[in-house]
Amino acid sequence: MTIRIRVQNDDFDMAAEYERLRRNDSYGAVVTFTGLVREVQGDHLQAMHLEHYPGMTENVLMTIVKQADARWNLGDVTVIHRVGSLTLNEQIVLVAVSSAHRVDAFEAAQFIMDFLKTKAPFWKKEATTRGEHWVEAKDSDDKAGQRWSVNK
Amino acid sequence: MIKVKFFAALRERLDCNETGVENFQGTAHELLDILKSRSTQWRATLEAQQVLCAVNQQLVPLSAEVNEGDEVALFPPVTGG
Repeated sequence: MTIRIRVQNDDFDMAAEYERLRRNDSYGAVVTFTGLVREVQGDHLQAMHLEHYPGMTENVLMTIVKQADARWNLGDVTVIHRVGSLTLNEQIVLVAVSSAHRVDAFEAAQFIMDFLKTKAPFWKKEATTRGEHWVEAKDSDDKAGQRWSVNK
Repeated sequence: MIKVKFFAALRERLDCNETGVENFQGTAHELLDILKSRSTQWRATLEAQQVLCAVNQQLVPLSAEVNEGDEVALFPPVTGG
């Protein structure tokens, strides 16, 4: 199993990341998720700034991936999260999971995203035409994380 | 000394990236109380929102013990992804 965790300012190449995972003959499924900067309801988003806690971020992401690997039968996993200044429609995050079969890859990708959103120390600040504000954490994200606490 | 880092909205509102607390022994909650007592502005900021705590880069409850030389971080609920 190869785990790649990257926290970076630069954009990433989805196609290249997918190619890296599909090279292995043992895995019949690759699931990828990409999160993008989207428009804020009723406001015009001018920029998004992403802050993180260097060191802790990478450790938390690695822990989440290892928890997923303990729960599902996984091949390789790549998690890339960008930090710094982003604009509308830019890529923020990539989670890519390969596995022998699709169910493990689908579920593990969702598990990793759900915990990334509630455990990894990233914070978003939005600059809109009405000023700057820090994005508030959502209850719906906490609930998404909690659904995995029920044992399979 | 305990090194305390702040992130995101807390860092901005306190206007502080990092501070030190000397001769401390106790829980993260007690450490937070010491920081609140620094000024009315610090108290207001640290009481105005939910504060999460990491000790040596591990998320912990405020009841966790903090020891000499630990790196503590205080921050708002996370919003990545």
